[in-house]
Amino acid sequence: MADHAHAAGVHLETATGLDNRKLLMWVFLASEALFFGSLIATYLLYRGQSQTGPYPSDVFDIPFTSVSSFILLMSSTTMALAVGSAHRGHLHQMRTWLLVTALLGMSFLAGQAFEFTEFYNKGLTLSVNLFGSTFYVLTGFHGAHVSVGVLILASLWAMAMRGKLGKANAIYVELAGLYWHFVDIVWIVIFTLVYLLEPL
Amino acid sequence: MAVAWEPIRMIEALRRVRREAATYRGLWSWIATVDHKRIGIMYGVAAFAFFLAGGIEALLIRLQLARPGGDVVSPEVYNQLFTMHGTTMIFLVVMPLASAFFNLVVPLQIGARDVAFPRLNAFSFWVFLVGALFLHSSILAGGAPNAGWFGYAPLTELPYNPGHGIDFWALGLQIVGISSMASAFNFIVTILNLRAPGMTLFRMPVFTWMTLVTSFLIILAMPVIAVALFQLEFDRLFGANFFNPTKGGTPLLWQHLFWIFGHPEVYILILPAMGIVSEVLPTFSQKPLFGYPFVIFSGIAIAFMSFGVWAHHMYTTGLGPVANSAFGVGTILIAVPTGVKIFNWLATLWGGNVSLRTPLLFAVGFVAMFVIGGLTGVTHSMVPSDYQQQDTYYVVAHFHQVLFGGALFALFAGVYYWFPKFSGRLLDEKLGQLHFWLMLIGFNLTFQPMMILGMLGMPRRIYTYPEGMGWDQWNLLATSGAFVIALSVLVFMVNVVRSLRRAERAGADPWDGRTLEWSIPSPPPPYNFARIPVVRARDDFWHRKYMEDAQGRPVPVVAGGSGEVESGAPEEEIHMPSPSFFPLITAIGFPIIATGFVFAEYAVVAAGAVVLLYGLYGWALEPATE
Repeated sequence: MADHAHAAGVHLETATGLDNRKLLMWVFLASEALFFGSLIATYLLYRGQSQTGPYPSDVFDIPFTSVSSFILLMSSTTMALAVGSAHRGHLHQMRTWLLVTALLGMSFLAGQAFEFTEFYNKGLTLSVNLFGSTFYVLTGFHGAHVSVGVLILASLWAMAMRGKLGKANAIYVELAGLYWHFVDIVWIVIFTLVYLLEPL
Repeated sequence: MAVAWEPIRMIEALRRVRREAATYRGLWSWIATVDHKRIGIMYGVAAFAFFLAGGIEALLIRLQLARPGGDVVSPEVYNQLFTMHGTTMIFLVVMPLASAFFNLVVPLQIGARDVAFPRLNAFSFWVFLVGALFLHSSILAGGAPNAGWFGYAPLTELPYNPGHGIDFWALGLQIVGISSMASAFNFIVTILNLRAPGMTLFRMPVFTWMTLVTSFLIILAMPVIAVALFQLEFDRLFGANFFNPTKGGTPLLWQHLFWIFGHPEVYILILPAMGIVSEVLPTFSQKPLFGYPFVIFSGIAIAFMSFGVWAHHMYTTGLGPVANSAFGVGTILIAVPTGVKIFNWLATLWGGNVSLRTPLLFAVGFVAMFVIGGLTGVTHSMVPSDYQQQDTYYVVAHFHQVLFGGALFALFAGVYYWFPKFSGRLLDEKLGQLHFWLMLIGFNLTFQPMMILGMLGMPRRIYTYPEGMGWDQWNLLATSGAFVIALSVLVFMVNVVRSLRRAERAGADPWDGRTLEWSIPSPPPPYNFARIPVVRARDDFWHRKYMEDAQGRPVPVVAGGSGEVESGAPEEEIHMPSPSFFPLITAIGFPIIATGFVFAEYAVVAAGAVVLLYGLYGWALEPATE
């Protein structure tokens, strides 16, 4: 992530005017879109095809998942605040918002862990039916992405606490922000298609 | 953070070796290198080694099929041979050979001193190498993968394929895929951002353009097969049901996901080849590429359309007439931009001052063989015709015509063309011509009989066949052709070794080239350009050397003009990125993690994850330039 792009004589302006690292993050996210697209397409293909229960209606707890989804969406707000304060050089605020974002992400993950345990106790395993396979792998990969995001945020926070993250390298906070918002947007799609539209 | 518990002494030792590696001498300097030229050479050497492995597999296959009732290898080994041959040639030979040229040539063609992310570039190479070795280590762990290069489910599912071979295949491809993606991200950013002043997009050499298009194909197609491979491994390792028919899973899901990746993959293999040919033909015709914008827009059109034709691999699965017709039409349409390219290449040669050197021979060989390959592809797009050809040797003949007659011929054109730039020595012309003619004859002897075999109804992937099918003489012919190809490869190896030992020195510009890589010494200095060039035209270096007379013929500009190859030390000190060990350390984490998953040893997975994280944090916290 934190690859320094002082490569090879590019103290020059870049040809597009866009920072190398930011462009890298954008093309990476384009690629990620196809990754989640394939997982979501698989889920939709097998939707309603399970031959045995538990079925989605047996396990879903929409109010609970709505709360954890709300927490994740709010973390995008705090992430934006962290990026803003990094660019303005308000380092104290930046540290706070980084930490809050990471904690909100962890809360979402705790909710997911709780949800997985509940579903498992209700008999939904990875191998019991198609719903189990597609649900756990799709939401599991999303959770893995949130975990990586939390790790990045925690690392940035640690750097900031040692005074190694300031206005000069605010770009790293911005990159983490791009990634974090993307992972949030993916969750909006998953929450809508998998949970909210389930009764349809 | 990770750095807090790193042993300080080890870090200091690494730093010391790193400084020594910066002097560009010795083994460590290669292991820690972040120089795009050295990484390109390592890609090329590794890919050639795998080419020899895949070639030996092919020879064994042909020996087995030379006569009816052959018993050179057992059926089990035969399945492993064709699976490893296909997987190796596609993922470990043609793709990394193309990567070798991306690395070697693209930064020079756009007037840059390196790629945008030099350490990410080293990481790409090391991940490719460890992934390829991991895939091959399956041979030691009870048998290589055996379900074909496209690994159709449910043949790859645990009940039908209980060994570890498929796990090595799926996770090995996953690791190699990480390498391709990392490299593609890097080259997109490099090409868009590191162009020299004046190098607008439509002044870029066509090879650079095709690298850009290919990189976009890679980042959009690879995630789809990554998902398919993950699903397969979830089925095999943790009992999920993605491709399990007894729980309602459909094997067609695998086919869709695989070919949504797999058809763009075909163009990932061929577009770099088309880029190379678009460089070689103008140089050896002493003419600009005919229809430059058409060639580029055709490449872009091919890339777009390649995402909409995957189901032509699946006509016989029962998708229905509407779907089959739609995909058939889409497939026929791809022939249009491809044909545009062919005619532009022919028009480039037309009326040119053609010099028949080895690179041009291979490039022309590419055009001829690729036309046959493309036309046989069009016959596949016709649904009723394809019903007859499905799974016959006609298909085998077709894709070898495209990937060997096409991609590999062009890659050899690239080897002969750019070898002098990076070794400083010319390859021998006589041996080169011998290599070309042997390879062309051997290639046609091998694969044209397969066209006939396919039409005579010989199915692919059978380990033997009975007498009296009318297939005997064609198979014998194909086998003899394969050995002619092997001979031609030996000639090539002799040529390379002899040239490196005692060939004449190539100057900076042995071919009277058109693009920026020929404006700097051979081999190029680590920093490539002493002064970053300012580009004023397409084929800028050519225009520095030649003016046009009233009839439009090239006339050399007066000696001492700006066409002189630049020499001498740079005026100011150039800060190149420092060597680093962390890309290699990070890469080593992946096969450790994969091995742990294959054998369900989660302590090994954790150990691999620690190596990976150590590498990543070391990388992030290490300054790029010291």
